[in-house]
Amino acid sequence: MILSRKWLNEFVDLGDVSDKRFNDEMTLSGSKVETIEREDAEIKNVVVGRIVEMVRHENSDHMWVCQIDVGRDAPIQVVTGAQNQKEGDLVIVALDGADLPGGKHIAAGKLRGVDSNGMCCSCQELGMTEHDWPYAAADGLFVLQTDPDVMAKDPKPGDDICKVLGCDDSVVEFEITPNRPDCLSVIGLAREASATFGRPLRLHTPEVRGCGGSIAELVDIEIEDGELCPRYTARMVKNVRIAPSPLWMRERLRASGVRPINNIVDITNYVMLEYGQPMHAFDFSCVEGGKIVVRTARGGETIQTLDGKDHALTENMLCICDEHRPVCVAGVMGGANSEIVGDTAMVLFESANFNGVSVRRTAAALGMRTDASSRYEKGLDPMNTIQAVERACELVELLGCGEVVDGVMDVIAKDQAPTVLRMEPDKVNAFLGTDIPAAEQYRLLARVDIRTADGSFPDGPADVLVPSWRGDVRALCDLAEEVARFYGYNNIPDTLTRGETTRGGFTDAQRFERAVGATCRALGYDEIITYSFISPSYYDKIRMPSDSPLRRSLKILNPLGEDTSVMRTTILPSMLEIVTRNYNYRNQSARLYELGKIYLPRADGLADEPKVLALGAYGDEIDFFSCKGAVEAILREAKIADVRFEPRTDNTAYHPGRCAAVYAGEKALGVFGQIHPLVSLGYGVETEVYAAELSFEALWEARGGKPEYVPLPKFPAATRDIAVVCAEPVTVGALEACIRDAAGGLLRGVELFDIYRGAGILPGHKSVAFSLTLRADDRSLTSEEADATMKRIVADLEAKLDAHLR
Amino acid sequence: MRQQLEAIRAAAVAAMESAADTEALEALRVQYLGKKGELTAVLKQMGKLSAEERPVIGQLANDIRAKLEGVIEKRAGELASRALAARLLAETVDVTIPGEARRLGRQHPMYQVLDEIKDIFIGLGFEVIEDREVELAEYNFTKLNVEEGHPAREWSDTFYFTEDSSILLRTQTSPMQIHAMETRPLPIRMIAPGRVYRKDEVDATHSPMFHQIEGMAIDKGITMADLKGTLNTVVKSLYGEDTVTRFRPHHFPFTEPSCEMDIQCYKCRGAGCPTCKGEGWIEVLGAGMIHPKVLEGCGIDSSVYSGWAFGFGLERLALGQYKISDLRLIFENDVRFLEQF
Repeated sequence: MILSRKWLNEFVDLGDVSDKRFNDEMTLSGSKVETIEREDAEIKNVVVGRIVEMVRHENSDHMWVCQIDVGRDAPIQVVTGAQNQKEGDLVIVALDGADLPGGKHIAAGKLRGVDSNGMCCSCQELGMTEHDWPYAAADGLFVLQTDPDVMAKDPKPGDDICKVLGCDDSVVEFEITPNRPDCLSVIGLAREASATFGRPLRLHTPEVRGCGGSIAELVDIEIEDGELCPRYTARMVKNVRIAPSPLWMRERLRASGVRPINNIVDITNYVMLEYGQPMHAFDFSCVEGGKIVVRTARGGETIQTLDGKDHALTENMLCICDEHRPVCVAGVMGGANSEIVGDTAMVLFESANFNGVSVRRTAAALGMRTDASSRYEKGLDPMNTIQAVERACELVELLGCGEVVDGVMDVIAKDQAPTVLRMEPDKVNAFLGTDIPAAEQYRLLARVDIRTADGSFPDGPADVLVPSWRGDVRALCDLAEEVARFYGYNNIPDTLTRGETTRGGFTDAQRFERAVGATCRALGYDEIITYSFISPSYYDKIRMPSDSPLRRSLKILNPLGEDTSVMRTTILPSMLEIVTRNYNYRNQSARLYELGKIYLPRADGLADEPKVLALGAYGDEIDFFSCKGAVEAILREAKIADVRFEPRTDNTAYHPGRCAAVYAGEKALGVFGQIHPLVSLGYGVETEVYAAELSFEALWEARGGKPEYVPLPKFPAATRDIAVVCAEPVTVGALEACIRDAAGGLLRGVELFDIYRGAGILPGHKSVAFSLTLRADDRSLTSEEADATMKRIVADLEAKLDAHLR
Repeated sequence: MRQQLEAIRAAAVAAMESAADTEALEALRVQYLGKKGELTAVLKQMGKLSAEERPVIGQLANDIRAKLEGVIEKRAGELASRALAARLLAETVDVTIPGEARRLGRQHPMYQVLDEIKDIFIGLGFEVIEDREVELAEYNFTKLNVEEGHPAREWSDTFYFTEDSSILLRTQTSPMQIHAMETRPLPIRMIAPGRVYRKDEVDATHSPMFHQIEGMAIDKGITMADLKGTLNTVVKSLYGEDTVTRFRPHHFPFTEPSCEMDIQCYKCRGAGCPTCKGEGWIEVLGAGMIHPKVLEGCGIDSSVYSGWAFGFGLERLALGQYKISDLRLIFENDVRFLEQF
């Protein structure tokens, strides 16, 4: 809502309140000021001038050299290229050093060798149009004598042009919350300003003289659906004379961001701005059958709206119709078929109340949100229609643009009972944490016209009547807000939340989550955040089998686009997308992790939303074993026992020879390995990419408890290195398991330190070297004992795995 | 013999004190004091001496041996410290050469801010809860006093999974208030952060997925003063003790009275600057007293219990804290961006 402060002053005298103070106090009472701007902020040193003398420029066939009286001792010389002026004309002169809208600065200089000490201006150069100044030349200087309203102000040479043209207003843009459609009007904001500043509100009751006749004989109004149109009020004007509206009206419209058009259209806009009640004016000669029917559109009906666009109407759209056809989309925009034109003679003013949701849906469906529809959609006060139509007719008479036919058509299809609420001051204080005396609370409410029946300010509970325009006030908590608003939110004390002491704190699972993240970071992995929705085509991108149950994902019916249209059932594509982006940005390497949800559809339509820890990496020092090392570190930090790795050849997203499933005992924790080259190439990544997907829930369930101290060894250990040659298919894991089995109680550690293939080793074989640590807890081992153990190990390796000492 | 001994002493002392290195010193020790050394050789002739001379010369020889051993020890010490000094000099490193890179990973900047907020509330005795993102319209809207027909429920604003608009992606963290009220014992003090979704095209300030944090306290006798006090404490922890705040009336369907909280612009201290768009204040969150209808809808007697709630967008907070100009950077996850925090 854009408000002219000059207009506001008509209802509440705030002439002495600075823009800054107005801004602050209105904002703190709930009418949030977004911006406040002076209309003349960009115009400086621009004055009225009288052309005293005008001669042809000596070096130009179209320029004029003017001597202009700007209220100084002597005229100044200004060169102009305009042609529509003559000696004696009052024109607009930007003096040397003047500022004009758009950051334009005027300085004295020479034009084709002749001194020019300023510039004569058109209204466009002042940032205005011929809509603001209908009498001004469309192409040329604004000669003030052409506009009778301007001349009525008796402008003199040297007068500040902003005052003369009335663009010396402060324009305030408010953010009005959707519960306060009453504040989308000058009067609504005047009520708030009056309550905020504690100054009297001066409302005006429209008076219409009328010219006789009877509207009832001219038009018949019928409402078919009272839910969609609770009230329809209309008055008729005859002998209409279409002309520009007067300057004062154009000024206010312009300040409010509305383009002046002609007197009748301007009146409807003016009343909408003043009262917050959208108005519509029909050329009554175009309303066939003298009949207005408020009904939903019939199948196949169409309308061309005032903006020249054709629309097909659907059966849930409310329309204003004549006997045969729609002439207006209710609350949205009028039809071109009944538009006010130059020779309109009879006008029907509509001031109606429509269902907000219906108007909003119609406007949205037609793709045309208008000033009217944006007011209607929030739900307007049905009691406002009469005053608004009366005001419109009063203005018709004031402007002398027609004769108002006697009588008002006012069809009320649905009555609205006034709201009476029980005010309980003690409860309000208890709710707000304040100690405001009861009578004071009633006084604060009275500021916004919420009053007891007898206007008193009692000491205890009482019934209060809520005015019709405050549809948002429906319960005691709403009254509490009104009290708080004018008591001042910032005058309410600050206390820390009282009551029963609560334990609070993170849960064990939340602490575990933090610890897992810390481990990932210690391993050099950066945290990422990815979208929960993906494209269904991403399942193909990771080569997910066509029969995989994970392809069944929750599908958004109205997605922004294909790329964000299904809820992911795997986190891998999200990770690969970020890996790819970093690769494309030519980042040498990346190690990334995310602890994110996947969304598995449930029978009830909702989703299981388990968390998955995803790792992704490529580049420097990244290979299968660095990836595995990261997974192992995470499991170790989680104190997960009985960890096993099994090769996985069947996960189609991963390299069949470089993929492992991880288990804790029999519990599957997840999978990791190199992303299948076809997948990474599909993403455009021409290097090895590694990833891991670990179920957070499984990690949590497999986690170890608090460790128990194991005494440090008192006796020295013996170390023995062993290298065996075995066939290629024998895994390190199998060799290690065999060593452990054979060693008996003295073995304390087995560490792989070399795998060798090449000279001295048969093809298809490898040499694997381990370092073994042997120790007894109760004595120093003798070398005989150690040798005996090694013997058993060597024997078992030979016997079970055909692995021989090298 | 006495002259012989004195000569040996003089020659040995001179040679030892000028020995160039440990090896030369050791050679001198052998030359004079070894089994076949010069001093020993002289002493072997002791038998030729008279009984009176023998102890005198013996004493002299022992004195010379002790003297020479002292000289050797002293010279050895000198040589050792000289050698150490030379070794240390040779081992000198250029301390300006960079250390070995040990790159630690970074937490995403937005989750760093989130953790900070969680810690503040944990300190105030709150819990952190999470809940589902695929949500019923009933929880996302109806039970929060957002009636059928409200613009936020339109398909142009909210992502839906069912034609009847009954299942959706939550548009706010507020449904977690309802879940908490329905399932947790009173009193409740919780914050509930999480992902939320709205049908906004991606640009510098919008994303179809973003994060909010919800906070709520319900107990007997909770007041709006409690809300103000708590939020002021939290905001000061977050933005600094000297932060100036103000509360403005606002509107949310599920709170009444409702408010928005502003902080005075940290850049211009309220004078107005580009950071605060000339307003002098920066909006940080929306809050209010939980609407009695919402409490009653969750089976909580609003004549006995009251509560406050707040919610705010995490992205905007993180962007402000780190002076990040474009929301897209948050979800782009470029490592060059991530490693800055």
